[in-house]
Amino acid sequence: MSRVPYVRTIPKVRWFLRHPRYIRYMTREATCLFIGAYTLLMVWGLRELANGPAAWQAFLECLRSPASIVFHVLALAFASYHSITWFNLTPKALPLQAGESFVPDGVISGAHYAGWALLSLAILFLAGAF
Amino acid sequence: MSERQVELEVLRYNPETDKEPHFQRYSIACREEWVVLDALNLVKETVDPTLSYRWSCHMAVCGSCGMMIDGEPKLACKAFLRDYPGVIRVEPLAHFPIERDLVTVIDDFMAKLARVKPYLIPKEPAPANGEYRQTPAELKKFKQFTMCINCMLCYAACPEYGLIPQFIGPAAISLAHRYNQDSRDGGRAARQEEIAAAEGVWECSFTGACSEVCPEHVDPAAALQQVKIKSTVDWYQKHLMPWTKQ
Amino acid sequence: MAISNKPIVWGPFAAGGTVTAFLTPVLILLTLLAALGHAPDLLAYDRLLALASHWLAKIAIAGIVFLSLWSTAHRLRITCYDLGVRADALVATIVYAGALAGTAASVVYLSRI
Repeated sequence: MSRVPYVRTIPKVRWFLRHPRYIRYMTREATCLFIGAYTLLMVWGLRELANGPAAWQAFLECLRSPASIVFHVLALAFASYHSITWFNLTPKALPLQAGESFVPDGVISGAHYAGWALLSLAILFLAGAF
Repeated sequence: MSERQVELEVLRYNPETDKEPHFQRYSIACREEWVVLDALNLVKETVDPTLSYRWSCHMAVCGSCGMMIDGEPKLACKAFLRDYPGVIRVEPLAHFPIERDLVTVIDDFMAKLARVKPYLIPKEPAPANGEYRQTPAELKKFKQFTMCINCMLCYAACPEYGLIPQFIGPAAISLAHRYNQDSRDGGRAARQEEIAAAEGVWECSFTGACSEVCPEHVDPAAALQQVKIKSTVDWYQKHLMPWTKQ
Repeated sequence: MAISNKPIVWGPFAAGGTVTAFLTPVLILLTLLAALGHAPDLLAYDRLLALASHWLAKIAIAGIVFLSLWSTAHRLRITCYDLGVRADALVATIVYAGALAGTAASVVYLSRI
């Protein structure tokens, strides 16, 4: 009796297309592209701010282009997806034992969502968005 | 109870005669309420005695019958025929070499389980009357992670284990975490050598597939993230405040 | 098997993931409003300059930029590996250097404000 174990190969790049859960995982990972790009946009903005009022106005003008609007909408969607997945996973990483039982996952995530909403509203208000 | 004619598409591999695995179709009359394991047993008993696969308890506690059913890691005894209306594709558990038919080579998994020192390393010697004492709260802290039946579905689901075979994997790390969380145990430092190594928890990218497929709701993904956080806190404490006890 | 030094890069990644989860969407919303022609008052030159001139704001902004770029870099590194790019040391160097470069740039610009 000879043993000849057969090793199956996995497609190096396309493996995540095999199941919706891996596609969702890749989408979550891809959010970093938009968050990174937006942060670089912020750094660019800092430079124009430092360069004076004319440069800053030019920067605001650039923001008003159709490409910029499309980017912002996509970035907002992906950044929000990052937030949602992050807050949903937080109770897994940081379980809270109160007495004998654990605080339900929904309570921990819910508290994060509430904090996210309050912080966002506060920033929008303080920035004079409304 | 009515009957249903079930079509099984099973991946066969005979190491003595085959260069590669190939699918074989079986058509058998099953009871509606059966599971895939029942169908396989009927095939083996009445159609093809050469079909090889592992199984034992038929009630989802032994962890033997893990296989890919329609591409998803499942226990064959827990995969109900009523949930699979068409042709049912049955393959050996992913990410493991195929020994024969649906039997996989699990040596890698067994070795990894042993590496994490999956036994109590007592913090203190046993009390005079021979029993450790533990409150219900202390038990609850690790109870969830004791439920693992070593079925390896999590290894089949984990994309990182598929891409990086050296990764210790979800079940092994969850088992280490089970002992680390046990109030009687003092062996965390000893286990960190394996768990906090590069091929330990740090290959995990929190895909979460392991917890999705786990039949016992162990939630290995949670265990792994908790190990990451503890290991990170340890590391910064050791390097930034070496005078403190960890 | 030696204990890994991964925590050096993972700690800031986890912090950055948390910061971006709470902050990035609302920041995008602010500039999106500007893009749509309804720029919030804060984005007027004098107001923003006043804010960014404060030393506390500079530290906060630099910190947010660093953590955001670092968590992006770390995720990008993992994703490259997931997509078959096996030269992990090279990818890691490139992404983390990029994050540090972006942070350095923001510090330089903030120092000019």
